[in-house]
Amino acid sequence: MRVGQLNAILGFTILVLLVAGLTLGETRLSLEQYRQAWLDPLSGAHDVLFLIRLPRTAAALVVGGSLGLAGAVMQGLLRNPLADPGVLGVSAGAGLGAAAAIALGLAGTTGVVEAAALAAALATGGVLVVLAARFREPETLILFGVALSAFLGALTSLVFNLAPSPVTLSEVFAWLLGSVANRDWADIARQLPAIVIGLALCIYAAPGLLVLTLGEDTAALSGLPMARLRVAAVAGASLLTGASVAMAGIVGFVGLAAPHLVRGAVGGDPGRVLAPSALMGGILLIAADIIARVVPTDLELKLGVVTALFGAPLFALIAWRAARSWRG
Amino acid sequence: MTAALALTNATARQGGRVVLESASLSVSAGEVVGVVGANGAGKTTLLRSALGLLKLETGRAELSGQDVSTLSDPERARHVAYLPQERKVGWNMSAWRVASLGAVTSSPAEARRRAQAALIRVGLAGLEDRGVLEMSGGERARVLLARLLVAEAPLLVADEPVAGLDPDAQLLTLEILRDAAANGSAVVLTLHDLGLAARFCDRLVVLSRGKVVADAEPADALTPCILADAFALDGGLEIGRHGPTLAAQRLPRGPP
Repeated sequence: MRVGQLNAILGFTILVLLVAGLTLGETRLSLEQYRQAWLDPLSGAHDVLFLIRLPRTAAALVVGGSLGLAGAVMQGLLRNPLADPGVLGVSAGAGLGAAAAIALGLAGTTGVVEAAALAAALATGGVLVVLAARFREPETLILFGVALSAFLGALTSLVFNLAPSPVTLSEVFAWLLGSVANRDWADIARQLPAIVIGLALCIYAAPGLLVLTLGEDTAALSGLPMARLRVAAVAGASLLTGASVAMAGIVGFVGLAAPHLVRGAVGGDPGRVLAPSALMGGILLIAADIIARVVPTDLELKLGVVTALFGAPLFALIAWRAARSWRG
Repeated sequence: MTAALALTNATARQGGRVVLESASLSVSAGEVVGVVGANGAGKTTLLRSALGLLKLETGRAELSGQDVSTLSDPERARHVAYLPQERKVGWNMSAWRVASLGAVTSSPAEARRRAQAALIRVGLAGLEDRGVLEMSGGERARVLLARLLVAEAPLLVADEPVAGLDPDAQLLTLEILRDAAANGSAVVLTLHDLGLAARFCDRLVVLSRGKVVADAEPADALTPCILADAFALDGGLEIGRHGPTLAAQRLPRGPP
C-alpha cells in the first residue's frame, strides 16, 4: 500500500473517531441540544461539546500522535522493534519529574507539574543524547535505556515511599496512570511549542533513520550529518514524549504498538513509517479514551489502564501474525 | 597524482590490543587493490581506519589528499562509498529503496534512477520491489553491492564482497568492481579466495597479525615464503587457463 493511501485511511478514521469522541459521554445530548451547541455559545450543551469533549478528544489525538511518532523514531534510530520512549527511560523520567513536583506540593500552581514532567523528560533525553554520541551500537543504548528506566522508576517509588500524606500518594498515582479527562484548551496550548519543535526535529532526523537501516558504518559514510541527526532524533522523541506525559500522564504501549500496526501496510522503511505511526497513535488513544468514558464503572477508567488492557492482547495477536514480515 | 586513499604508518588498538601496526595502504584511481590475510589479521580494521571509522593511535589517513579526521560526514561521503562485511538490514525495505540509499543526498528521482540501473547491473532486474528480508542471502548481497555502485563515488571500499556467494555471483561481483576501476574509480577490497584475489586485483596487500608483510603485484605478493608466513600454507600460485589459482596445503603444525 502507498503511504498516502494509508494516511488518507487513517486520517478518515480519526475524523470518524473525533465525531464519536464528541457524541459519546456521560451526558446524553438530544439533537436539539447539538443544534443549540452550535448556535448558542452560552448554552450548557456548547460547554459539554466544545469545552469538555472536544479538548479532551483533541488532547488524546495530540498525545497519541506524539507517542506514536516518538516510538517510530526510536525504533528507527535503534533498528529495534522493541524500542519506545518507555523502554529508553524517557517516560520514566517524565513520570519522576511529575511525581516529585506533586510530592513537593507544587500541584496547586497551574502548569508546574507539567513543566516538571517536560523538563525531566528532556533531562533524560539529554542523558540519552550523550550516551548515543558515545556508544553507537543500538544494543548498548537500549541496555543503558533499560537501566535508566529502572533507576528513574526506583526514584519514583522513593517519592511514593517518602510521600508526606495518603492524599499526595493517590494524587501521584492517579497522575501516573494517565488520563486526558478534564483537559482544556490551555492545557494543550501549553505543550504545543514542545510538540511542534519535537515534530520538526523528528522530520529533520528521518533520512538518518533510513540510512541507519544498513548499520552505523554505512550511515556514517552516507553523506548525511549523522551525529547531528542522531541528536535530533533523540531530542525530538524526548520532547514529544515529555509533552505527552505532561499533558496526559504516563500512557504506555502506544509508542511501541503504533509503528507495528502500520508496518504491515507500508513495509519496514523507517522513514515512511513515521507519519502513519503518528496517525495510528492518535487513533489508538482517541479510541482508548472513548472506551474509558463509555465503560460503565463507578470511577472512570484511566487511559493508561485501557491502552494496556485492550491494546496488549491486540498487539500480541498482530505481532504473532506479522512477525515474519517485519524482520528476517 | 594524489592517491584516492592513503593510509600511512597507521597503528590502531581495539580493547587494549594492537590490531594494526604501522600499516600503510595506498590506492589510486583506476586501480583494484586487494587486501588479504588470515582471519583476524586486521583487514577490516585496515579499511575502517583508512575511512576514519576507527580512530588511529598514530599515523595518518587521507582521502584524495585530505586528512580524513578533518572531513565532515558529508565531505567524506563525496570521496568514498563503503560496503561493510556485515550484511544485516534492519528493516524489510524494497530492493530499489535499499539500493537508492547509496544516493540519499541526491534527489529522490535521481536516486531511484541510479538504483534501478545498479540493480540491473548486479543481475536483479525484475526484483526491484522485493523486500530485502524476503530475499536469499546472495540476492541481498547483490542489493547491497548495487547500493555501493549507486553512490558513484571515486573510491569504492568493499569488505568481503564475495563471501558466501556462489561462484557465478563471485565472478560477477569482481567483474563489476573491475569495471568500476576501468571507469576511473579506485577500488579496494578484502577477500579470502587468494586465487580470485590474484586474478582480479592489480596489487595485493598482505596482512599478518596487523602488519603489512607484502604490497606488490599478485605474483610477487603471494610467494611461497609469504604464504607460509601470513597464511601458514605450503604452496604457491599456479597459472591456469583462466588465470592464477592457488595450489597449497596446510603447513604441518606442532601439537597444540
